[in-house]
Amino acid sequence: MSDILQVEKVSKRFGGHAALTQVSLTIPENCIYGLLGPNGAGKTTLIRIINQITHPDEGKVYFQGQPLAPEHISHIGYLPEERGLYKSMKVGEQALYLAQLKGLSKKEAKIRLDYWFKRLDIGDWWNKKIQELSKGMAQKIQFIVTVLHKPKLLIFDEPFSGFDPINANKIKDEILALKEQGTSIIFSTHRMESVEELCDHIALIHKSEKILDGKLSEVKNAYKNNKYRIELHLSDRSDAVIHELRALFEISDEIVIDDTRNHTFTLRLPNGDTTDFLRYLHQNGIHLKTFQEIIPSTNEIFIKTINQKMHA
Amino acid sequence: MHKLKLIIKREYLAKVRNKSFVVMTFLSPILLVGMVMLIVFLTKVNDNETRVIMVLNESDYFSNAFHSSGNVSFVPYNAIDLESAKDSTLKMGIYGLLYIPQAETLEATANHATFYSKDNPVGSILDRVERIFQNRLQQGRLQDLGVSAKDFAAVSESFEVKTSTFEGARSLKGINEVKAVIGGLFGYLIMMFIIIYGGFVMRSVIEEKTSRIIEVIISSVKPFQLMLGKIIGTSLAGITQFVIWILSASFLLLVAMFLFDVDMAALRGASTEGNNPVMQMAPIPSSNFSDVQLYAQELMQIPWVLLISSFLLYFMMGYLIYSSIYAAIGAAVDNETDTQQFIFPIILPLMLAIYVGFFSVFSNPNGPIAVGFSLFPLTSPIVMLMRLPGGIGEGGVPLWQFLTSIILLLVTFLGIVWLAAKIYRVGILMYGKKPTYRELYKWLNY
Repeated sequence: MSDILQVEKVSKRFGGHAALTQVSLTIPENCIYGLLGPNGAGKTTLIRIINQITHPDEGKVYFQGQPLAPEHISHIGYLPEERGLYKSMKVGEQALYLAQLKGLSKKEAKIRLDYWFKRLDIGDWWNKKIQELSKGMAQKIQFIVTVLHKPKLLIFDEPFSGFDPINANKIKDEILALKEQGTSIIFSTHRMESVEELCDHIALIHKSEKILDGKLSEVKNAYKNNKYRIELHLSDRSDAVIHELRALFEISDEIVIDDTRNHTFTLRLPNGDTTDFLRYLHQNGIHLKTFQEIIPSTNEIFIKTINQKMHA
Repeated sequence: MHKLKLIIKREYLAKVRNKSFVVMTFLSPILLVGMVMLIVFLTKVNDNETRVIMVLNESDYFSNAFHSSGNVSFVPYNAIDLESAKDSTLKMGIYGLLYIPQAETLEATANHATFYSKDNPVGSILDRVERIFQNRLQQGRLQDLGVSAKDFAAVSESFEVKTSTFEGARSLKGINEVKAVIGGLFGYLIMMFIIIYGGFVMRSVIEEKTSRIIEVIISSVKPFQLMLGKIIGTSLAGITQFVIWILSASFLLLVAMFLFDVDMAALRGASTEGNNPVMQMAPIPSSNFSDVQLYAQELMQIPWVLLISSFLLYFMMGYLIYSSIYAAIGAAVDNETDTQQFIFPIILPLMLAIYVGFFSVFSNPNGPIAVGFSLFPLTSPIVMLMRLPGGIGEGGVPLWQFLTSIILLLVTFLGIVWLAAKIYRVGILMYGKKPTYRELYKWLNY
């Protein structure tokens, strides 16, 4: 699988403030790439560089192996975080205008708009003015305008802000459908739960530097720390068993529910070897109800990495 | 190019369809014509008010000096003392009373004359009374010196010097002023256009910023394209508006003149003299026929082609310079209230150009101040146009000055548009910052 975008050692300064320092990224084709980081980390600057709105002081960006050039603009769709539409312009007119600026012919734009307006159930909005629409409604139109010219690379900056949960889901499905069709997607956010659901790859940017990147599953594996969630069903000898368990293993977060005789706790196995623990249970005839490895959430990884960075 | 055309079209339509723009376009000519009619009407009313002044003359002099004419009537009192004259004047509601007491000499009489009125008297009436006294005094002194009234009349015959160019053609006094007025009109037009439509450009940029559409658009087009398209689209809308204004205002004015039977000749003297050379050719009372014809000839000799083509040239460059500054300001701020500190420095050179132009070009089109300001690029579009009706070359603007001013303007134009585009490019993506000049300077290096 080839790469849609390569960012090579890109730096950008605004006056005395560094927005990006030697950032390198590789974004494979046909994946959803999560660009994460706290506010002011440099995400938006990086996205603007990819969109050729600003230019890097140093470093290069390659689009499908070629140095980024103005003709690539028509292959990129960008939904900025700070987004809006002309308030006093009609929906259809405005969508046509923006589509034509992306290089579509008027006729082609009209056909595709009809398709999308039907698909998102907004066919009757064509002659409405933006100021008559709610924020969520305007967001739908912006989404359509972003994807209308069938770009190879889509960049969404906080795409779900302003949507109610139902419409957010709709848009999420559309994003997944676009990925199915072969589009590569950069997804910038600080809402981690949507990252878990959508992203294949992630990169974490903090204070202008990239501090972490890779496949989401690999990143998670790297951050797991051999913790397991255990649920046991105990018989009458429970107190003795619990004492023994505490003596033999690293146990924390215990919860005992008396009437059902259930015992839940977190177990840490320093070397990741589960055989000792399982053998102990087997020998003592303890009934094991749940045995699950605890994999850190993106949110935890995010916070942990940034805290480490700040204390380092 | 295709994208630029799209932007121009959108900006033009957005402007032209705007309700307030439509209202202004069609209402302004009516307001303007209404104003002119009102002024004409008020002037007439003002002129028509006749003031009566009672004259109580107890002296031996001034018996035939006071003639009623124009809007002042002098009515004599006979055989009445001052107190009762004052009383009756006040009771009858008459404007004033002029009292000339009995005295030994003409001078003493004049010195003791008093004008009584209820309020402070109008300057023009006092002037008139004073002039009568002055004439009479002058005449009296001349008589004392032994000059007869007839000789005096012969002496006071007015004299006018004939003016001529070196080529021998008769030249006209006042033609310089007329020419400067014509140039001034063009200059004034440029200033108004810059202030009105530059402001439109600025507001349109602010609108894009506050509605947050700007980033969506500049991910498809270059900021410079957007700025240029915006300026061109807005000015096309402005030109449309101007053309509609001029056409409908002149039509309405004609209709109004016809309906109200306004004296064309009277108006011509007051309003922009010779703005329209054809009008000057209209039949005029024969007494000054030859003069008028000469003025008309002179006006025809004004290099109209040069004037209009340089008007277009200076207009375009001047407008582009200023409107790109306006665009940069719009990009730098978040809302219109923050624009004040930046707008003043723009308006300053424009105002300076107009006033310096009117004062120095009128008195001497080729004086050092006029030349200086017609070369300085921020004022040259206005000041140079005021000088150009004199032509280029001999008698008019030296060719080197004309060319220098155009080259300076062109260089400044490129420089300012480049700078403004830089500020614009950075400014449109900055939110929530109230910019300072220092900040703007920093943006130039981003």
